[in-house]
Amino acid sequence: MLLGTNLLMAQTAAAGAAQEEAPKVDWTGVAYYVAIFFLICLGIAIVGKILKIYDLTLKMQGKKGIKWNNIMAVICIIFLLAGLYGSYWSFTEQGSMTLPEAASAHGVKIDEMFTVTTVLTMIVFFVTQILLFTFLFRYRHSDKRRAHFLPHNNTIEKVWTIAPAIVLTILVVFGFFTWQKIMNSENLKDDINIDVTGHQFAWELRYPGKDGVLGPKDFRLVTGANNLGVNFKKKSSFDDLKVDTMYLPVNKSIRLNILAQDVIHSVYMPHFRVQLNAVPGLPTFFKFTPTITTAQMRTKLDDPKFEYTLYCNKICGGSHYNMQKVVRVVTEAEYQSWLSRQKPYLNDALRKELHFAAANSEQSGASTNRIALNN
Amino acid sequence: MSTLAVHDHAGTHHDEHGHEHHHDQSFLSKYVFSMDHKMIAKQFLITGITMAVIAMILSILFRIQLAYPDKTFPLLTTLLGRFAPNGRISPDFYLALVTIHGTIMVFFVLTAGLSGTFANLLIPLQVGARDMASPFMNMLSYWFFFLASVIMLSSFFVQKGPASGGWTIYPPLSALPKAMPGSGEGMTLWLISMVLFVASSLMGGINYVSTVLNMRTKGMDLWKMPLTIWALFLTAILGILAFPVLVAGVVLLIFDRSVGTSFYLSDIVLNGVQQPFEGGSPILFQHLFWFLGHPEVYIVIMPAMGISSEIMSVNSRKPIFGYHAMVYSLIGITVLSFIVWGHHMFVTGMNPFLGGVFMITTLIIAVPSAVKTFNWLATLWRGNIRFTPAMLFAIGMVSFFISGGLTGIFLGNAALDINLHDTYFVVAHFHLVMGSAAIFGMLAGVYHWFPKMFGRMMDEKLGYLHFWLTFICAYLVFFPMHFMGLDGVPRRYYAFTEFASMQKWLTINTFVTWAAIIAALTQFGFLYNFFVSIFKGQKATQNPWESNTLEWTTPVEHLHGNWPGEIPTVYRWPYDYSKPGAEEDYIPQTVPYSQTMSSNQPHDFEDNPAGLEELNKFTSTLKANEQVK
Repeated sequence: MLLGTNLLMAQTAAAGAAQEEAPKVDWTGVAYYVAIFFLICLGIAIVGKILKIYDLTLKMQGKKGIKWNNIMAVICIIFLLAGLYGSYWSFTEQGSMTLPEAASAHGVKIDEMFTVTTVLTMIVFFVTQILLFTFLFRYRHSDKRRAHFLPHNNTIEKVWTIAPAIVLTILVVFGFFTWQKIMNSENLKDDINIDVTGHQFAWELRYPGKDGVLGPKDFRLVTGANNLGVNFKKKSSFDDLKVDTMYLPVNKSIRLNILAQDVIHSVYMPHFRVQLNAVPGLPTFFKFTPTITTAQMRTKLDDPKFEYTLYCNKICGGSHYNMQKVVRVVTEAEYQSWLSRQKPYLNDALRKELHFAAANSEQSGASTNRIALNN
Repeated sequence: MSTLAVHDHAGTHHDEHGHEHHHDQSFLSKYVFSMDHKMIAKQFLITGITMAVIAMILSILFRIQLAYPDKTFPLLTTLLGRFAPNGRISPDFYLALVTIHGTIMVFFVLTAGLSGTFANLLIPLQVGARDMASPFMNMLSYWFFFLASVIMLSSFFVQKGPASGGWTIYPPLSALPKAMPGSGEGMTLWLISMVLFVASSLMGGINYVSTVLNMRTKGMDLWKMPLTIWALFLTAILGILAFPVLVAGVVLLIFDRSVGTSFYLSDIVLNGVQQPFEGGSPILFQHLFWFLGHPEVYIVIMPAMGISSEIMSVNSRKPIFGYHAMVYSLIGITVLSFIVWGHHMFVTGMNPFLGGVFMITTLIIAVPSAVKTFNWLATLWRGNIRFTPAMLFAIGMVSFFISGGLTGIFLGNAALDINLHDTYFVVAHFHLVMGSAAIFGMLAGVYHWFPKMFGRMMDEKLGYLHFWLTFICAYLVFFPMHFMGLDGVPRRYYAFTEFASMQKWLTINTFVTWAAIIAALTQFGFLYNFFVSIFKGQKATQNPWESNTLEWTTPVEHLHGNWPGEIPTVYRWPYDYSKPGAEEDYIPQTVPYSQTMSSNQPHDFEDNPAGLEELNKFTSTLKANEQVK
């Protein structure tokens, strides 16, 4: 973390130095673009003048001049058709670039809600936009007729107040129960607790050891070696593991315990439909069950490099755009073998700091190296 | 120059009156420290347009970064200096651009620029008043706004750059000067600017409300007011009730920053150093901020709704459909907007039960919005539509409101918001529903009331070009963003280069940037049209759009006090367009029913039995005459 800031400062310093020998501005290029802009303006002005002269000649011949109302009405229809095609194209082309199916149990429910909402709203979208632009074309101005004097119609107004009210009630009820189910999940005994702590600009992961319980944290205890401020007066802290990549066993209930140290961050794992802010001073949690392993997703997407990711989704400073962790969903066996290879949070440096007897010092060399690498 | 003095001369002849008041007005009191609502409206408008152009340029700068994250543009270094070293905008300055773009657009353009311009211009003119209730406070309102704008822009000239924690300035990021460069002096200036801004907004709002309530002309009861006035009136009430809460939030933030209190801060370790804050809650700030923040989006959109309703009625030559429903839906939106703020906070760690409640209130507010949309469509149905530029922009507003409003149903749903929160889906949603829609409402207003403001007409053809290019480009910019959001692309990311999954969006980003550049260049056409027409536009007639409302009964030449003689009396609602039996297809509000016997309807006399009897007598004689023939 500290190194990160140093690096940033180094960058600014380097930038400052480089500024003196900054690359030269290609003024001809700039002038070229400005000239193009003025040429376009000139073109528009000329077209405008031509239209004006044409309009005047029409009027001199005793005709009505350019019928702008008709021209606008026709453009409205063209816009409608082009817009319909454009949104269809956008839905198919860019719609296919969106997230794959939910990789978590609750995510499937969210996706169902999403589909229902999309269908309902898109019907309204297409119907209203089509009505809007066809009305514009159909009822364009004509000197020969008058508009239909219709100040109100209570029946139809009641209909279109109650109809959206009913549709929205349905959406609210479904949404409310889905939301409650996702957020009010009970804590189970075999939940896998994972501690996710955000700071500028990285995530720290901690897994509980054999006891399955994460040791408590206190920001007052934060030191260089104990950067999460784990409280080692509690026994549950001793077997906690410090982890680099988030491994999750498939089909197991996961409980992310979320906290931030400096500013608000947000734990965002879009493939699992998981998001919750990490707030300093306010521990939060999010429970979910991953259902598709990374390997399965790779075959599904036909992308051998695919990785689930966890990234920051709340503005947190200059490097907000690069604050990520790889998440791997694996089988239970793979998970256990991975877990057994993880190093304890309580490493030698921390032991020294806490004046613990160096009883289990076998791992010393390896773990200090890891810390250095992590930072 | 008090309104009272003008009242005294109410009976005198026009020329005399004008003469008497022109010679004692210096340049300073006429154009600078003016207390005339029409001049203050113009001041608000031109300051608003200036701020909008600045915010637009900021947006183009960060769009260039998003489209070409790996390219260098030496010109940027020349223009921005240390903020763009080596021809690339720095990550911190990128966030500053995003922050100030949002702040300027939401507050300085779409709140002050929109409400300030049209409430000042239209309230006295459309309700029939000589000026605002307190012209002096009105002047102060503008100058506080001006000062706030200058301070906000001055933050570009401090060493570490402007505030950059997003326009929502969530603490701790905004509270800790060491958390990012923009949280230093830049943030201090932001906070000072906002306090002044809120003072301006309150002085304006109190004026608007008291003018509407107390200074309506004879006959102008609340149910005869045009929808513009209803919208501006309710907007002012919203502002008066919501803005003080922002000040409260901002003041506590200033304390946390400067005095060492812990209202929003607790358990913080910054760069490995424990901070002496305990017991505060960052969520508290979010509650205070969004208690203003959500009504704020309605403060932005309601004037646009009112303006569009009025313009669509005038140019469809048809009464607005369901006038009462339109007013009640505005009132409904006003009330509901105070109890939906939590939908911005579903995933902040707020109690999930609260999230559920806010979701219910949020989706209820969609009902009045839907009613308004359907009523606009019904207004166009079987109309006789004239495509003035103002009309086109009003239609554009409706189209954007539909497109952007529908995605609100996704975001208001807490379960769906889990994955959509803070992604480009949100960006697309609010840029359509309150950004583009409100801007289009504002432009519609500018085109429509330009003759009233400057006595000249704007060029229609240039207006057409302006509309179509802006309309198309706005859709091209914001439509694809929905899909980026559905792919989990977060907003406020400096570059998408660090994620393999996001790199596929780079081509879309380039496309969006070019659409934005074209839209921005198009605005120069508008600026040219606007400023040239002020001096060289075709002279306007008194009622160029053949409209019913009171402002078109004032003379083209402005005078302090608005009407040369007595203020006209109002006899009817403002939407008698294309009434069967009437000679013209419009009947101004000042025409009494006694002059329009042939077009009167029983409905016109619902609470006027004497009038109804007259009408019955008239129709029976008419029938008798026909039988004689």
